[in-house]
Amino acid sequence: MYATNYHRASSVEDAVKLASSSDEAKYISGGQTLLPTMKQRLAAPSDLVDLRHVSDMKGISVDGGKIRIGAATTHAEVASSPDVASACPGLAHLAGHIGDPHVRHLGTIGGSIANNDPAADYPAGLMALGATIVTNTRSISADEFFTGMFETALEDGELIVAVEISAPASCGYAKFPNPASRYAMAGVFVARQGDGSVRLAVTGAGSDGVFRHAGMEQALASDFSPGALDGIGVDDSELLSDIHASSAYRANLVKVMAKRAVSAAG
Amino acid sequence: MGMEGIGARVARKEDKRFITGKGRYTDDMVVPGMKHAHFVRSPHAHAKIISIDTSEADKMPGVIGILNGAQLSEDEIGNIICGWMIHSKDGSPMNMGAWRPLAQDTVRYVGDAVAIVVADTKAQARDAAEAVVVEYEELPVVTDAVSALEDGAPQLHPEAKNNLIFDWEIGDGAATDAAIEAAAHVTEMKIVNNRLVPNPMEPRAALGVYDGGEDHYTLWTTSQNPHVARLVLSAFYNVAPENKLRVIAPDVGGGFGSKIYIYPEEIVCLWASKRTGVPVKWNCDRTEAFLTDAHGRDHVSTIKMAFDADNKITGFKVDTIANLGAYMSLFSSSVPTYLYATLLSGQYEIPAIHANVRTVYTNTVPVDAYRGAGRPEACYLLERVMETAARELGVTPADLRRKNFIREFPYQTPVIMCYDAGDFDASLDAAMKAIDYDGFPARRAEAEARGKKRGIGISCYIEACGIAPSAAVGSLGAGVGLWESAEVRVNAVGTIEVLTGSHSHGQGHETTFSQLVADRFGVGMDSVSIVHGDTDKVQMGMGTYGSRSGAVGMSAIVKALDKVEAKAKKIAAHLMEADESDVVIENGELKVAGTDKSVPWFQMALAAYTAHNLPEGLEPGLKEGAFYDPSNFTFPAGTYICEVEVDPDTGKTQVVDFVAADDFGKIINPMIVEGQVHGGVAQGIGQALLEGTHYDPDTGQLLTASYMDYTMPRADDLPSFKVSTTETACPSNPLGIKGCGEAGAIGSPPALINAITDAIGNNELAMPATSERVWAALKSAQ
Repeated sequence: MYATNYHRASSVEDAVKLASSSDEAKYISGGQTLLPTMKQRLAAPSDLVDLRHVSDMKGISVDGGKIRIGAATTHAEVASSPDVASACPGLAHLAGHIGDPHVRHLGTIGGSIANNDPAADYPAGLMALGATIVTNTRSISADEFFTGMFETALEDGELIVAVEISAPASCGYAKFPNPASRYAMAGVFVARQGDGSVRLAVTGAGSDGVFRHAGMEQALASDFSPGALDGIGVDDSELLSDIHASSAYRANLVKVMAKRAVSAAG
Repeated sequence: MGMEGIGARVARKEDKRFITGKGRYTDDMVVPGMKHAHFVRSPHAHAKIISIDTSEADKMPGVIGILNGAQLSEDEIGNIICGWMIHSKDGSPMNMGAWRPLAQDTVRYVGDAVAIVVADTKAQARDAAEAVVVEYEELPVVTDAVSALEDGAPQLHPEAKNNLIFDWEIGDGAATDAAIEAAAHVTEMKIVNNRLVPNPMEPRAALGVYDGGEDHYTLWTTSQNPHVARLVLSAFYNVAPENKLRVIAPDVGGGFGSKIYIYPEEIVCLWASKRTGVPVKWNCDRTEAFLTDAHGRDHVSTIKMAFDADNKITGFKVDTIANLGAYMSLFSSSVPTYLYATLLSGQYEIPAIHANVRTVYTNTVPVDAYRGAGRPEACYLLERVMETAARELGVTPADLRRKNFIREFPYQTPVIMCYDAGDFDASLDAAMKAIDYDGFPARRAEAEARGKKRGIGISCYIEACGIAPSAAVGSLGAGVGLWESAEVRVNAVGTIEVLTGSHSHGQGHETTFSQLVADRFGVGMDSVSIVHGDTDKVQMGMGTYGSRSGAVGMSAIVKALDKVEAKAKKIAAHLMEADESDVVIENGELKVAGTDKSVPWFQMALAAYTAHNLPEGLEPGLKEGAFYDPSNFTFPAGTYICEVEVDPDTGKTQVVDFVAADDFGKIINPMIVEGQVHGGVAQGIGQALLEGTHYDPDTGQLLTASYMDYTMPRADDLPSFKVSTTETACPSNPLGIKGCGEAGAIGSPPALINAITDAIGNNELAMPATSERVWAALKSAQ
């Protein structure tokens, strides 16, 4: 790791100001991606702005059907929240299966989605749930937020403050982890709204990051059951192919995980 | 058996310091004036070095010195050796290319060391290493051994045309061919034994200290055999004369073979200490370990097994291509030859065997011994083909094995080994009972009802441990003898120090060796200390690998204990005015049998050192040494049975049950033996199910150089193992010990693959049996 300057932000405004004072500053929260990258000398921010002590960015609140999760909330907090468990059990399940206990007690939802790793779990969840990403300057829909592999709609210095989700009628998540990294090799989140509409998003498999699958969504909107996906094909031409799995195998996993996510949603 | 004697399940003495963080490893060592090293490594798998420019790096903060191969040559530091000469079948010696500790002219794998930077801090050394500008001219790359043999493939060493190191054979080719020709049934298979990265918990490290006042060198290093390191560093690498060099291997956190060898970094740190005038410490990080620790396995074989109409094996023919990487590591030539093909008879009577082995250079990390070293490769071929043949012949896998078991000992195989003892039926019976083999059809039906495919697979392994006798291995090309030494010092107060040439890096020697002494003299284990790993303290010894510390290392201790006992009895007999032949040792006392006369152990020891009242002509003191050279290899054997469930939707395999029934001969501490089996089986399951090493075939980059991409077995990949032992004593050593360190890694991969192939109904399945491979094999079988 190269030398870097550490700053502890006390508020959202403070964090943005600290970050803007240097061209090479990075926000850090749980550091579960940034720190290993820095240790390998693949990232060298001049300044780190620590978000873990910004109270406005922490905690979970539920108001009616709306769940607000502060960006600096850890995966373990989301996984163990009774509010999340009752309003959106699929998301609690997702958070409880990210990485390992160390990762879950340090990594945060804001950090995960800002990085938009193509194999991270949260992007699928937020995309399928039609979440809103609240930043220091605006609100962005999940469909617009996740723009590609490791890419988001965030502007330079823009800071995610919270994630807002409307509780679905039901939802479920199923993933097939990469045996080495335990990131998703294919992870599918499905959410059904009260009006019967369905959104289904896939992580780990797409060659350009998280994506929705329109064919599956339509099939599930008319029949929300695993069997409804039997005739749906998954086009492997847009899927990742690497030493861990071919695109054809990932296409199979997407379908199998989609069925299991529907089963989990009940 | 006492509470602490032979056969007792004693908790490990060394674990107190390990589990409380008080272990002392090489990287814990700090000496005055110590500085830190970082190596400049090749980013290319094959390239010419055009120039090395250190002008910017030299000016970086904290830099003390930057050295490369040119300076190494100035000081006449030798090439890295291979310690086992193999001749090709045409009689020519192996075609060995030069391996410089720091590459000169050419780099041949990603990670090949080019220069060492010594600086005040680790970070400064790394910063300066990044500023060293090495200009390369890239050369074409070849990473797999089969391609490397083809005409027109990139050439690594001028000495090895078509990258062929040797083309060796063993056994009777004509007889084997005739057996295949006349066979009622032949089972043919092409089998890949996948390349593995050893991954001991502690990465390699070295601290080289040159003392100008004494012209003396000290090297702390992560070694399984510090005396061998000292010998090689002095006799071949010309770093320091043996009498001026102390090598210390303190606590070492696992080796699995990868810490047998004396790597470039250890040589260079020691040399650089003299050259720079400061003690030089190097500790590698995990990715460096992936890139530079000697890898294991990497064989491609085609095999044919011939059977007569009665399902008796009549011949076994093996053709193997073994990838040795970019350079020949210390024992690289012996692993795919004498440690491999000599085990191709397995547990079976096979009248004709022939194996041909070609070893090949490629642009990959050198390959050498890794837990089992050749024997897992042999076992994998045999046990895959036996299970497959049984399926083809329509007989049960157990019956086919029983039909062919060796039952009379000694048994001379057609491939050098002479098995001294064994009871293969006993371990097969025990394993089948433990897993309830007969109940399998019901379990399979129950799994089918849940949508899972259940399979069961057997592996009956035999291996050879001890790697001896010395004269025999010498005649086969070994550069060293493979005996072991021990010294037993009884102090004046009766406490005992055992100095052993064996080295413990996880095996628990401090416990088992103490048990041996406690059992012999009836003293408490706490009054016995085991000293190892320091060439200034311990007489020359050969170290620990090949499951040899029990069978060979402890046998040397037994020989020394015999001498101590004889002298102790002489002293006690004199004190009690009895005949020494009447003296017995019980519960810490020397007694005259059948009388109430006794002398406590400590009092005898004190008498030895006061020397006031010793028998006429007896020297004072009580200290004896011994060297033990075995008369034969030892032959641990057993049966492993694995049961799996495959999810047909994803191909994911769950190991639901695993039983081991091992014959290790006499066992000193069953708990430690079980631990060795657990660890070995975990590594074997890792190889069979999870661990895939991938090089980019075009660039030679190691794509699996971290735990993000290389799958180590974890607790949730493994079932709770059911281990048990049967016992036939080993007749060739005084304790009847066979050795247990490698069996788990040798016997388990075929059991697992046989189970999966049984589950999916397709014999074509490569290791590691990733979910995708299993899914694809299942689809193609349907």
